[in-house]
Amino acid sequence: MKILVTAKRVTDPDAKIRVKPDGTGIETAGLEYKLNPFCENAIEAAVSLIEKHTGEVVAVTIGNADVEQNLRAALAMGCDRGIRIDIADEQLDSDLAARILAKVYEAEKPDLFLFGKQAVDGDSNQVTQLVAEYLDLPQACFASSITIENGEAVVLREVDGGLETIAVKLPAVISADLRLNTPRLPTLPNVLKAKRKPLQVLTPAALGVDTALKVATVSYEAPPQRKGGIKVKTVQELVEKLRDEAKAL
Amino acid sequence: MGTILVIAETFGGKLRKSTLNAITFARTLAGKTGGDFAIGIIGSGIAAVGGELAGYGAKGVYVIDNPGFANYLAAPFAKAIVALADQVGATSVAATSSTFTRDLLPRVAARLGAGMVSEVVAVIGDGAGVKFTRPMWAGNVMATVEVKSAKAVFGVRGTEFEAAAPSGGASPVQTVAIAPDAGANQRYVKFEPVVSSRPDLGEASVVVAGGRGLKDKAGFAILDPLADLLKAAIGGTRAVVDAGIAPNDLQIGQTGKVIAPNLYIGVALSGAIQHLAGMKASKTIVAINKDPEAPIFSVADYGLVADAFKAVPELVEEIRKIKGV
Ligand SMILES: Cc1cc2nc3c(=O)[nH]c(=O)nc-3n(C[C@@H](O)[C@H](O)[C@H](O)COP(=O)(O)OP(=O)(O)OC[C@H]3O[C@@H](n4cnc5c(N)ncnc54)[C@H](O)[C@@H]3O)c2cc1C
Ligand SMILES: Cc1cc2nc3c(=O)[nH]c(=O)nc-3n(C[C@H](O)[C@H](O)[C@H](O)COP(=O)(O)OP(=O)(O)OC[C@H]3O[C@@H](n4cnc5c(N)ncnc54)[C@H](O)[C@@H]3O)c2cc1C
Repeated sequence: MKILVTAKRVTDPDAKIRVKPDGTGIETAGLEYKLNPFCENAIEAAVSLIEKHTGEVVAVTIGNADVEQNLRAALAMGCDRGIRIDIADEQLDSDLAARILAKVYEAEKPDLFLFGKQAVDGDSNQVTQLVAEYLDLPQACFASSITIENGEAVVLREVDGGLETIAVKLPAVISADLRLNTPRLPTLPNVLKAKRKPLQVLTPAALGVDTALKVATVSYEAPPQRKGGIKVKTVQELVEKLRDEAKAL
Repeated sequence: MGTILVIAETFGGKLRKSTLNAITFARTLAGKTGGDFAIGIIGSGIAAVGGELAGYGAKGVYVIDNPGFANYLAAPFAKAIVALADQVGATSVAATSSTFTRDLLPRVAARLGAGMVSEVVAVIGDGAGVKFTRPMWAGNVMATVEVKSAKAVFGVRGTEFEAAAPSGGASPVQTVAIAPDAGANQRYVKFEPVVSSRPDLGEASVVVAGGRGLKDKAGFAILDPLADLLKAAIGGTRAVVDAGIAPNDLQIGQTGKVIAPNLYIGVALSGAIQHLAGMKASKTIVAINKDPEAPIFSVADYGLVADAFKAVPELVEEIRKIKGV
């Protein structure tokens, strides 16, 4: 079995992101970058599926040369080789990311294409579904369990009101939710091994992708800040404030 | 801007109220761009829902009612919605964000060749220059975006557009015969519902949320009497959902539900960036935490530094007193 999995780089999920005063972007000075947490779940799923079913895991990322560090982190988790498509974050929208990844799928022809549910920077939750439609493949998004049997993936999905199970025939597109698994920490020998694993760099042009955007970001601002409130000393005071001041009881 | 097709959401054959927020978005956008809107409903045994939506000023309500749509699968639903959009001449499609529409709408967008804006919180400007605001980075950044493609798809953040009130009039309700085409490469297996007698987390006017500090199921249960008394929905952080203390659909935050109740009471939760992304638009925020430095206090209108196991039962007592129950 061959699995293609995304290794998107994001700004540290726990960092407080600030907007540049002129509204043209975010302050990137001093920011750390990590693998998108949802992609870590997807990579863990890919690597453990291959440990069970044998085959190859190929990690793919879109970004400038800096993101190779995070792609190597995916290789250290056990992916066999990496592909980077060279284009900067600022030049992307969800649709372009999806059209690029669809071309990589066509070049690689995997049995399974695994994604993270959402990128914690853009927060769009679109790319997986767009890729599935562009490729006319079945999708199973927000997976909290994946079992491969008889050429299909049986997927438990986290949805409003409960848990849903669907089955998709391979090849299929799946996005990982956080409860799918606990991503492994790369061991030192694997980090060293990852440095020697093959890494291919492609351009959108080489893949034949038109880089025109469908959704352009015009400006950024900080959200309105909530005014900090007060600390109450007792439960009784809290109840009085809620009744008399907030009129919330 | 032409016609906006609003996709209604149903659950167990009934209309989900969140649909009304997308109607307000469509009215706003149509007002600013000189277009109109239609409503599409897709499912099985949902014909009655069409009548329910006839009083909101849509140019038409279109019902795709077919046993083949009894269970949701993204690909055939997307195909049907795009076929409907073509039939009604829609240039855009909109729906309130939920796990159903987050799964479905991007597929619709790809099929329409449309750009999609997720989690729209505001419509800015008008005419051809209309733009949209959406959160990025867990709501720490608000981006203003422009759709460049001729067609557009919008995921609407329900907490930022109020539920539409009926506007009178009667939109024509029409049944549309579009057959499902699921192909052989996907099948629905089953749905295990979380049954709860409490109000829906997304719709409740009071929400009581618990965090890791409540330790286990028994600890989390101290929230029950408080929720009963306030007719509140219960929610939680990722930590309690991951620990199996609360079901997945009660997670509030960047990757769970986004809520904005009249009153939010957060108990024994720290207020991580990802949790705040899902509740900081609440009208009044109360935080109970034993750590005076917990980040949740920075957004709370009323903070109480206390042990939850002591404070919550006391809170129940005090509220009983003033309510005389
Ligand atoms: C400094 C900076 C500036 C940015 N400027 C913009 C901007 O102007 N406009 C904009 O739209 N976005 C911008 N981004 C975010 C950009 O990198 C988005 O992540 C990208 O547009 C896709 O994000 P999304 O939210 O649509 O992904 P989602 O739809 O939430 O992603 C779902 C999944 O798709 C896969 N995926 C998404 N992106 C990639 C990728 N690059 N490589 C591999 N897999 C991927 C992952 O599996 C991910 O979990 C910026 C980011 C940074 C750090
Ligand atoms: C990609 C990603 C997405 C995420 N998405 C979400 C999301 O959607 N929603 C979400 O909630 N989280 C999300 N998280 C997790 C988030 O970062 C935090 O880890 C989580 O919110 C912490 O939950 P908590 O506040 O319950 O636990 P903790 O942070 O451990 O806080 C427990 C709090 O309880 C207090 N406490 C302990 N005992 C008592 C007591 N007896 N009385 C009173 N107070 C007490 C402590 O002082 C502490 O402040 C996400 C994380 C990542 C990386």
